Amino acid sequence: MSQIEVLKDRKSQIHLKGSEPFEMTCDRHSLSGSVSQRACVFCGSRVVLYPIADALHLVHGPIGCAAYTWDIRGALSSGPELHRMSFSTDLQETDVIYGGEKRLYAALTQLIDQYQPKAAFIYATCIVGIIGDDVAAVCSRVSREKGIPVLPVHSEGFKGTKKDGYRAACDAMFKLVGREDTADVSPFSINILGEFNIGGEAWIIRKYYEKMGVQVVSVMTGDGRVGEIGRSHGAALNVVQCSGAMTSLAEMMQKEYGIPFIRVSYFGLEDTAKALYDVARRFPDNPEILTRTMDLVKNEIRAIEPDLKEYRKDLEGKRAAIYVGGAFKAFSLIRALKTLGMEVVLAGSQTGTDEDYRILEQMCDEGTVILDDANPVELSKYVIEKDADLFIGGVKERPIAYKLGVGFCDHNHERKIPLAGFIGMYNFAKEVHSTVTSPVWKFAHRRRRV
Amino acid sequence: MKRADAKTTAAAAAPVTKGKEKKKGKENYRPTRNACKLCAPLGAALAFKGFSKTIPFLHGSQGCATYIRRYLISHYREPVDIAASNFSEEAAIFGGQKSLLLGLENVCRQYRPEMIGLATTCLSETIGDNVPMFLKEYRKGREDGPPVVHVSTPSYRGTHAEGFHEAVRAVVESLATAPETPSREGINLFPGMVSPADIRHLKEIFKDFETEVTILPDISETLDGHLWSEYIRMPEGGTPIQKIRGSGRARASIEFGRVLSGQKSAGKSLEERARVQCFSLGLPIGVSESDRLFQTLSELTGHRVPERYNAQRERLLDAYVDGHKYVSGARAILYGEEDLVIGLAAFLSEIGITPVLCASGSKSGLLKEKLSQVTPDISKIQVEEGADFSDIEEIAAQSAPDIFIGSSKGYRIARALNLPLVRAGFPIHDRIGGPRIIHLGYQGAQALFDRIANALIEKRQSDSKVGYGYM
Ligand code: SF4
Ligand code: SF4
Repeated sequence: MSQIEVLKDRKSQIHLKGSEPFEMTCDRHSLSGSVSQRACVFCGSRVVLYPIADALHLVHGPIGCAAYTWDIRGALSSGPELHRMSFSTDLQETDVIYGGEKRLYAALTQLIDQYQPKAAFIYATCIVGIIGDDVAAVCSRVSREKGIPVLPVHSEGFKGTKKDGYRAACDAMFKLVGREDTADVSPFSINILGEFNIGGEAWIIRKYYEKMGVQVVSVMTGDGRVGEIGRSHGAALNVVQCSGAMTSLAEMMQKEYGIPFIRVSYFGLEDTAKALYDVARRFPDNPEILTRTMDLVKNEIRAIEPDLKEYRKDLEGKRAAIYVGGAFKAFSLIRALKTLGMEVVLAGSQTGTDEDYRILEQMCDEGTVILDDANPVELSKYVIEKDADLFIGGVKERPIAYKLGVGFCDHNHERKIPLAGFIGMYNFAKEVHSTVTSPVWKFAHRRRRV
Repeated sequence: MKRADAKTTAAAAAPVTKGKEKKKGKENYRPTRNACKLCAPLGAALAFKGFSKTIPFLHGSQGCATYIRRYLISHYREPVDIAASNFSEEAAIFGGQKSLLLGLENVCRQYRPEMIGLATTCLSETIGDNVPMFLKEYRKGREDGPPVVHVSTPSYRGTHAEGFHEAVRAVVESLATAPETPSREGINLFPGMVSPADIRHLKEIFKDFETEVTILPDISETLDGHLWSEYIRMPEGGTPIQKIRGSGRARASIEFGRVLSGQKSAGKSLEERARVQCFSLGLPIGVSESDRLFQTLSELTGHRVPERYNAQRERLLDAYVDGHKYVSGARAILYGEEDLVIGLAAFLSEIGITPVLCASGSKSGLLKEKLSQVTPDISKIQVEEGADFSDIEEIAAQSAPDIFIGSSKGYRIARALNLPLVRAGFPIHDRIGGPRIIHLGYQGAQALFDRIANALIEKRQSDSKVGYGYM
C-alpha cells in the first residue's frame, strides 16, 4: 500500500495517542490548497438559525450560498415551515459594482409582505463583506417600517471559521431575547439550547422534561419560534447541548439575565441520563422532579435494553472511526460506541478546541488517531490502517467510507433519523448494526479473498 | 389575437403573471425564492471532473468549495475532491495571490494531478484578483508542471450551466493545438451536462461507428466509479490530456445543445482556431433529435447506422405505440438547464405530452426561440427563463399539470399537487442511481418513455379505489 503523504503544515493537527506528548494545533484557518471538510462562517450561522420556523431567512449575496442550503437539513417544525424556503437577493454584476443595498431593501420588504414572518434574519455572505453594503442600516430601516425585528447576521464566509458563524447567529438571536412577557413561566423551567430538532429530536427531549415536571420555555432553535425565544429569559436554567454552537448565547444570557447554564449531551444512554439528572438536581426545591426523572430513566432504558443487547452481540469488537463537526459530539459518540461494545480507532472533528482534544485524548484507547480539520486523504489513510468497520461522519465523508468498503452512519444535520435520547440510542444501534453487518462488505477489496 | 390565446392555454384557469421575464428593470426586481439554478463554479468543477486526473480548484473562500462538494456528492455518490485557496480575511483585503500560489503548490504535492482546473468564485472576482498574472508568476520555474486552466466563473454573471460550458471552453482553448499537417482524425464530442450513463452510451455509439471520439468532458468513470482497495487521490477515467491537446486535429466536432448553439462554445472556438468544423445538434433526446445525431455520424464517418441502433429505434417506436394511450394528452412541467428542457420537450412532443411549463433558472434569452424549433405549437407552452421554484410552483398550480419531469428539487411541489415526478437531469438527491439515468439516444428515450408512462399509469392505479392489478 502506498504511503500517502500528509501535508507538512498539517502534521501538528494530527496526533497518535501514546506515540508522542499531546500537542495539537487546532482552531486555525484551513491550509490553502487543501480539500478541507470544513464549511464557512455562513454555514455555522445557517445551521444554528435555520430551524427557527416562523422567521424569514434571507441570504444576501450571489445565489450559491442560498441554493446549497435549501432544504437540506432534517430540522422539523410542528407548525410554520418558512425556514424550508431558500431566499436570496441573488446579486448580479451591477449590484457587485454599485452595491446591493437597494436590492436587499426591495427583497426584504417584498418577502415580509408576502410571508408575514415574525422576524427576519439577513445573512451577509462573502461578497457583501467586500462590496461594503451597510446591512445593519437596511435592517433597522425595514424593522422600523415593518414592525418586526430584522436582524443582520454577520456571516461573511472568509471572516473566520464555522465557530464564528455560531457566534454571529447567537449575537443575532440574543436581540430577540427579552422581548416577550414571562409572567406564566414556572420557576422550574429551562431553555433547551443547541438542539435543532433533526428528525424530531427536540420533541423527544422536550417530552422527557415535561414528564419530569420541568417546563421548557423555548428550544433554541429546534422547532423554534420567535415568540418563544423572546420569553426565554424567563427560564431558570439554560441547558446547552454539546457542539458548543450555542454556548455564547448561554453566556450572554447569564451575563444579562443571570441565568446559569449547564452543558449536556443527549446522545447515548449514559449522557442522556446524566443530562436529565443534572437538570433535575438543579431544582432541589421540587424533589419530585428527581423522583420522576429516576423513573423515567429506568423505564426508558428498560424498554430498549434487550434490543441493544441483541445488537451488541454482532457489534462487539468492531472498530469505528469518528469524524464530526464538534468535538463534544465525538465524546458522546465514543461512549455510545462503547455501549455497543465497539472500539474507537480514529476520532476527529472539524472545529475542536485544544481543550476538546485533550479530553478526547483521555477518552480514547492507546493507538487511537486524533485529527483536527482532516482532509479525505488523511481520513482514508487512517481508516485503512486501522481497518475500521464503521465510519461516522457527514455526507462528504460517506463516499470515502463506501469506496474503501467501510460501513457508514450519518451523524450530521442532513440525517432524517433522530439519534438523541434513549430512543435515539436505539435508532443509532439499529443504524450502526444495519451498516456494519451488511453482507456487501465481503465484496469490498480489503475483504475479498483473492 | 394569437398571443392572448397563448396565455389562456398555458394557464388553464387564471392568467399567470409570475416569472421573471416580466421582472426586467429595477422596480420589478424580485428576490429568488428556492433557486432553480446553482452557481457557476459548481458547473466548472463538474466539467473539470471529466478530464483525466484533473483536480478542480476554487480560488476563493473555502465554504463555497465545501458546499459544492456536498451538493455533487449527494448526486453522484462518489468522492468529489475540490481544493480551494481558502481565503482568509487578509487575502480578501490584500488579494489572493499568496493563497493561490501556495494552494497550487500544495495541491500538486498532495494530488499529483495531470491538470488543475482553476475556477474563480465570486469573492476573488469581486476583489479583482488578476489570476492570469498570478498564474504567469506561478509558471516561472515550473514550466514542466501540470497545466493550470483558468476559467472566470463569478456566479453573479451566470449559472452552473454557463460555468460548465465556460470551463470546457477554457480547457480546449488553453490546451488544444492547431494541426501542422492537414491529416485529420476522429471526432470531438461536447456532450454538455449529461449523466455518466449517457456518456457510456455515447461511447458505445461511436465505437459501433468505428470512429475515434474525444469526449469533452467524460465523467462516465470519474463520477460513476467502482470500489477501491486504497484511497485514490485521482480516480481513473476522464478525457486524457493528450486527447484534449489533439482535439484541434479532429475531423469535426459535435456539440449538444440548441441554446449552446447560439452561444460561445468550445466547439465553435475550435472551429475558429483550428478549423475543426463544428456541428451543433440538440441534446439527442427522443427519436427526431437522436435521428439527427445518427445521421450526422453517418455522414461524418461514411458508415451506415449500425444495425443495433436501427433495432433500438424500431423497438422504441413500437413502445411509443404500445404506450401512447397512457401518455397522450398529458400535461408536463419541465424545469432544469435550458438545453435539457428543450431536449425533453422535443421528446415529449413526439408522444403527445404537452410541456405546459418549460422553466429554467438560466437566462440565455434563447429558450423560447429554441423550444419553438422542436415543439409543434409553442403557444401552448409557457416559457420562463430566470425562473425559481416558487415561480414554478405558482404557475404549476394554475396549469393543471399531470406530471413533473426534472431534478429532485421539484419533488416538494409535485408532492403538494399530488403528482408524480419523473426524475431526470441533475441533481437527484432523493434517489439512488442519479448518475445511471440514461436520457440520450433511442435507448435513453426508451428508458424515459417507460418511466413516464409508468408514472402516469401508477398514478391512475393508485388514485383508483378498485385496486386494479392490470392496467
Ligand atoms: S460566493 Fe459565489 S461561488 Fe461561492 S457559493 Fe456563493 S455563488 Fe457560489
Ligand atoms: S461565498 Fe462565503 S459565505 Fe457563501 S458559501 Fe462561500 S464561503 Fe460561505
